[in-house]
Amino acid sequence: MTPRLRRGVRLTYDRTRRTHVLLFPEGVLVPNATAAAVLELCDGERTVPDIAASLGERYAGVRESDVGDVLARLVDRQVVEWA
Amino acid sequence: MGVTEEVRPPLGMLAELTHRCPLHCPYCSNPVELVTRERELGTEEWCSVLDQARDLGVLQVHLSGGEPLARPDLPELVTRASGLGCYVSLVTSGLGLTEARLADLVDRGLAHVQLSVQGADAARANLLAGAKAHDHKLTAAALVKRFELPLSVNVVLHRANHDQLEGMIALAERMGADRLELANTQFYGWALRNRDALLPTREQLAAAEPVVRAAMERLKGTMQVVYVLSDYYEQYPKPCMSGWGAQQLTVAPDGTVLPCPAATAITTLPLENVRDRPLAEIWYDSESFNAYRGEDWMREPCRTCERRTVDFGGCRCQAFQLTGDAAATDPVCRRSPDRGLVDVLLEAPRGSGEFVMRGVR
Repeated sequence: MTPRLRRGVRLTYDRTRRTHVLLFPEGVLVPNATAAAVLELCDGERTVPDIAASLGERYAGVRESDVGDVLARLVDRQVVEWA
Repeated sequence: MGVTEEVRPPLGMLAELTHRCPLHCPYCSNPVELVTRERELGTEEWCSVLDQARDLGVLQVHLSGGEPLARPDLPELVTRASGLGCYVSLVTSGLGLTEARLADLVDRGLAHVQLSVQGADAARANLLAGAKAHDHKLTAAALVKRFELPLSVNVVLHRANHDQLEGMIALAERMGADRLELANTQFYGWALRNRDALLPTREQLAAAEPVVRAAMERLKGTMQVVYVLSDYYEQYPKPCMSGWGAQQLTVAPDGTVLPCPAATAITTLPLENVRDRPLAEIWYDSESFNAYRGEDWMREPCRTCERRTVDFGGCRCQAFQLTGDAAATDPVCRRSPDRGLVDVLLEAPRGSGEFVMRGVR
């Protein structure tokens, strides 16, 4: 199970608002810093443990379950799907 | 605008590249008086508008019209908008969207296509579009899917196609739409001329409700169904534009910058043009964008109404069209002293149902 952005969803950095934004048809979502860090690694190749490990190199105390929670919320918002 | 309220940057821009269109829909919301080809912004001017819009904070760019494919420089504009990091949608009738053209636009970063549909079958759809359009739309939808872009299907509902609602939902499913917008006609521009013929009946709306609800339930997760109400029949007005000058702006083909796509209807509004003033100044400082921002412009019953943060007083253009005063409460609101103007329309005997097609220009 590898998470990826749903078709038509794009993650980009908005320098006007100085934040990452998720863009999709008729919508804009502003992910928080944690969600943005997870989203950047949602390439359809990495698994949840891969993502947690990768984030662990940059941040202290990253748990797989936290990454899973963030992903579950993103799936609920229909911006991420499981490949 | 109150001193404590902060004007935020816009999220979206509707770029009406041209008013030229191969369709002649009677419900067209573009103004009765269209911008002619000679007055359209040129390629460099549109590129500058896109640059300025992105600097201002615009993230969603809708390339629309009329028919945007009528502009030979469309590919260049897609490249520019997408290169700036915007999410670029093409709002099209589907006519002229060939495989070669779409392949090129996708290459240049086009993200999403919105396709209009007029009816469930070719006979009705072509009658309503005033053109042999339906088969082209089927082809266009198939192409969008082949290139794996998200597809939105937009249907304007009115008295002459409500009976095909189920068929149009089924058509959108067959097209593989990711999103279906079923919007009852809003009466602006050309559509206002045809209001008597287009206004759905109470019975049609009552019949539509369970059909739409069932479709929303059944298609959850595969196709998002959005239903836009016929506001004349509602108790409260629509939250028009999420508030005036709050999130969106429209640039008309000649560079006029509009707080709402229908704002040319408000003849008392001093509109400004990107040919004369930078887009950011128009957004933040112009009289037109500040006229109905926030709540300071509101009068009773809006001023003290608990719904003012929900519907922002409704639609300014509609208030102007029906009462002659753009700062009036949207007469759709049952708390409006002018609600009688709407009720008279609803109770009036229905005419022949004949509408005037949008003329060729």
